[in-house]
Amino acid sequence: MIEMKSVNKWYGKTFQVLKDCSLSVAKGEVIVVCGPSGSGKSTLIKTVNGLEPINSGEITVAGTSITAKSTNLDRMRSKIGMVFQNFELFPHMNVTENIKLGQIKVLGRRPAEAETKALALLDRVGLAEQASKYPSQLSGGQQQRVAIARGLAMEPMAMLFDEPTSALDPEMINEVLDVMVGLAKDGMTMMVVTHEMGFARKVADRVVFMDHGEIVEDATSTDFFGSPRSERAQEFLSKILNH
Amino acid sequence: MFDLDFSVIPANSSLLWEGMKMTFLLTGLAIVGGIVLGTFLALLRIAKVPVLAQIAAAYVNFFRSLPLILVIFWLFFLVPLILGRPVGAFSSVLVAFIMFEAAYYSEIIRAGINSVRPGQLAAARAIGLTYGQSMRYIVLPQAFRAMTPILLTQAIILFQDTSLVYVVGLRDFLVSAEIVANRDQKLVEMFLFVAVVYFTFCFVASMGVRFLQKRLAT
Repeated sequence: MIEMKSVNKWYGKTFQVLKDCSLSVAKGEVIVVCGPSGSGKSTLIKTVNGLEPINSGEITVAGTSITAKSTNLDRMRSKIGMVFQNFELFPHMNVTENIKLGQIKVLGRRPAEAETKALALLDRVGLAEQASKYPSQLSGGQQQRVAIARGLAMEPMAMLFDEPTSALDPEMINEVLDVMVGLAKDGMTMMVVTHEMGFARKVADRVVFMDHGEIVEDATSTDFFGSPRSERAQEFLSKILNH
Repeated sequence: MFDLDFSVIPANSSLLWEGMKMTFLLTGLAIVGGIVLGTFLALLRIAKVPVLAQIAAAYVNFFRSLPLILVIFWLFFLVPLILGRPVGAFSSVLVAFIMFEAAYYSEIIRAGINSVRPGQLAAARAIGLTYGQSMRYIVLPQAFRAMTPILLTQAIILFQDTSLVYVVGLRDFLVSAEIVANRDQKLVEMFLFVAVVYFTFCFVASMGVRFLQKRLAT
């Protein structure tokens, strides 16, 4: 589903954020990308839908190149859902409008149809009651669940999550993770940047460990948590799991 | 000397009202035109096409370095020379105001756009909206909301500045009042009246700005 081959990216001329990153995500697979801050994991996930352009390498999603000039990138993005660390709901629209906008403007659905879809998705993420509220009236966890519904409304073939729980208060993390676990069980292809190792252990098929812009380890979650091969991954795990 | 006779105002109300309408019309059209052209310039300035950004920046810097009255003169005297036919005081003045105000509006709008979190644009693009759609539905509405008080402040300045049209003989409120003042020898009454009217409008609008600022701050 998602193929990355030798992806390189520089910020300016001197700083290389992504070093020869190759990765593939099969249909229905859940991949967790972890690593210390500044390791390039957020940048990596944003290259998948072309929000971050790359300098060299190749990325294809469902066989379509993200990097080729001939690709209609807007069209491709509409087929790849993305959830951000800071939710990024549109504050001037209510929850339902947030979920309807892309359906109407990008997919050309009729407003009534988009509304039905939006309400069904809100129900799925457990927020049917909040349909007419504005993002500022919701808690962080609720906002992030709306953001997931907004992504799902486009009926994407894969979902990207960029640290979806990092900006949340601890008591709200689980409500978001529950929705994500549900998605994974339904067979959604997911690439998740997160520090939630519980989530990784429970639902990830593979864990990718990044450091200094490199993919240091790419292993099944059992192998990764059981016996990470690289020293850097061992060190990272001992820091993050030791409490 | 201070034997004031304000009956001159109701006696000439229709002439004064015609002038007021001209002032309002000019202000309104210049605000709309200035914001439209200003938004366009602001979008050029933030575009990732260096040539376009530089052209827009040059435009803004050029007009901000000139006195408004000079721009009014130029368009009134030079444009007919270039076109080879008269263009009329109203259209030349309106174009002058729009071109001049757009330079200021574009800076306000650019600041407004920059005040919207970059993540908003990323989120809009991520659901498949084009750059243009993202600007139109997501970034600009938020930018304008944040900018409303300062846009209104600029409108107040523009309202006062429209009085400069007297230099090309356009009959706005001030010119109409001056005509009455000279003809009926009521200089003090008329100029007092004009001052009160301008002050009232601007003061009320300023209160509106403060109200909006407070509301947006919460």
